[in-house]
Amino acid sequence: MGDMKEFRRGLTDAIPICLGYLAVSFAFGIQASEAGLSVFQASLMSLTNVTSAGQFSSLDVIKSNASFAEMALLQLVVNIRYMLMSTALSQKLSSKESTLARCLVAYGVTDEIFGLSVTRKGRLHPSYSYGLIICSVFGWVLGTFLGAFAGNIMPDRLISALGLAIYGMFLAIIIPETRESTSVMAVVIGSMVLSSIFTYAPGLRTISSGFRIIIVTVVIASLAAIIFPRKEEALDEQNI
Amino acid sequence: MNRIYSYIFVMAAVTYLVRMLPLTLIRKEIKSDFVKSFLYYVPYATLAAMTFPAILYASNDMRASIAGFAVALVLSFRKKSLLTVASCACIAVFFVELFIA
Repeated sequence: MGDMKEFRRGLTDAIPICLGYLAVSFAFGIQASEAGLSVFQASLMSLTNVTSAGQFSSLDVIKSNASFAEMALLQLVVNIRYMLMSTALSQKLSSKESTLARCLVAYGVTDEIFGLSVTRKGRLHPSYSYGLIICSVFGWVLGTFLGAFAGNIMPDRLISALGLAIYGMFLAIIIPETRESTSVMAVVIGSMVLSSIFTYAPGLRTISSGFRIIIVTVVIASLAAIIFPRKEEALDEQNI
Repeated sequence: MNRIYSYIFVMAAVTYLVRMLPLTLIRKEIKSDFVKSFLYYVPYATLAAMTFPAILYASNDMRASIAGFAVALVLSFRKKSLLTVASCACIAVFFVELFIA
């Protein structure tokens, strides 16, 4: 019964993710069909990968007919941040959760799903993750399908506005905690500043966005862990 | 073209392994205070870095993006829900583009 409640909560919490994904994957669907993928191939890629940066970057590799090794390396670099996220999530799950549950939760480790899962108070219930994943992936695949199938029927102005959805969601995840904790405030501001430096500074701006995010995360989170170490109140005591 | 399916398979395998290995291999609680603090700060650092400055280029017009960013900041600071923050940011962009662009 508790599982069902967690599952439903996951489904409803993921509605904004679903809507944001619809917009982003719609754009992906359009580009994928321009790159020569069929509607089925584009949708299959979205269903099996569920990663925006990785999928968008793969289209160039496919168009240039590059080697599989290059594709593998690109995906590793662009998506290695998920390794940090999965490590954080491993601490959020009870050590009793089965390997199967862990493998299913792993399928849906995306920036947005991770953001919702990890900032939730207490332990992470796999059922909550399943709810998040089903709702989000539905939007991701449906958007891809529609974009690849009928990309040019949607008004440009609407796609443009929907582009903000993902970022609005990110802010809704991180900003509330900045009111409670000055260290989180420092982390958020520090990361935005460092990310801007990497985006605009000559030399640094040649670094891919995937690497940029890894570098900023590692640098800022390490500094914060040194300057503002947290006295850990164990997760188990907050919730079971 | 079969090659496209092979690409999709390679991508999916690499991406899944990256996600799956830490979740299945790290089962014990990490004891180090540094690592625990580090992991606590990871989502805030990652999401902040992904949001800014990328949000400025998320719509067709940077002024509209800035308006959307401002709306999202104010609403999220007031602890509004994800859906409220995200949809109000989109609505702000829509209207700014309607009147300016």
